[in-house]
Amino acid sequence: MSANIVYAILVTSLATFLSRFLGVITSEGIKETSKLFKWFNCLAYATLAALIARTIIFPAGVLIDASYASRLIVVLLSLFVFFISKFLKELALAIFLFARSSFCHNKFG
Amino acid sequence: MIKKSFFLKGYSSIFTHDSPAIALTCCFVAIGALFKNLGFNIQESIFSTVLTYALPGSLVMAESMLIGASLLNIFLAVWFVNARLYPMAVSLFPLMMHKSQPKWKYYFSCHFIAVSAWLIMKSNYKQIPKKYRIDYWIGIGSATVSVSVIGTFLGFSLSEYLNKDMMMGLAILNPVYFLCMLIGASKTVQVTLSVLLGIILGPIMYLFSPEWSILLAGVIGGTIAYLVGEYNVS
Repeated sequence: MSANIVYAILVTSLATFLSRFLGVITSEGIKETSKLFKWFNCLAYATLAALIARTIIFPAGVLIDASYASRLIVVLLSLFVFFISKFLKELALAIFLFARSSFCHNKFG
Repeated sequence: MIKKSFFLKGYSSIFTHDSPAIALTCCFVAIGALFKNLGFNIQESIFSTVLTYALPGSLVMAESMLIGASLLNIFLAVWFVNARLYPMAVSLFPLMMHKSQPKWKYYFSCHFIAVSAWLIMKSNYKQIPKKYRIDYWIGIGSATVSVSVIGTFLGFSLSEYLNKDMMMGLAILNPVYFLCMLIGASKTVQVTLSVLLGIILGPIMYLFSPEWSILLAGVIGGTIAYLVGEYNVS
């Protein structure tokens, strides 16, 4: 059993490293300003987004037993908090900049 | 050999407000507990985290072992799931290539490519001089791997105290964190459209072909987003 585990780990890491290594080899011939690079950039973002959406909607592992509704609520709630906090941060920054500019104006003007 | 100041700067990116540290720890706690339940010992669990360092791959390995799949099957299943690392590498390493840096650094540090480190590098690389980006990247990668190892260790040790509901909570944290980070990174037309199309196409493709779904969705969504972006610019 133990030898089995070690082989499984080695095979998994080999399969994972293969994609990474091929990626680096390919990178050697690609300029960061080229169109090919831009295309790969789009591919990477789309693949990641697809993976995340699939993990949430068709999960593997323990998440299989969580209901669709609970997963959906978690995601929507998190996105809500994310956007609210982003909005509040920008609002706070705007208020700060406004306060600073009016303060400086009074002082020097 | 490795410029220390940039390495440390990369390493300290794990302590910023938008760092993946908490999400990473949580999901590796879940993985550590899963490994323990599968019959791994502590060395094998940590060995696996360090050597693979890609969550979906580890999950697939665990599932394949549960159903008693052969080594070849494990290899193919993991390769399919982690093939996304290829476009991720190609969209990151050209930013770091510099003639004065030795090649072994690139070959060695490609092991750190995973969503968390990739997202940090993508949002910060402009502030780092091109020559030292690779050192900065090695710093980020070392930091995320250290966090993952700590998480695996915690999960392995605490697995008796974790019930199924807690495991679910830990497991969903990571996809939700990455979703928010991807939306946060969507600043250009191409990236926004790529993310949007990926989210829509990923689950749809899964209905047709579970193995190929991620790659198909990535290629189709990414290509459409690229073409729309190029067309809009010109």
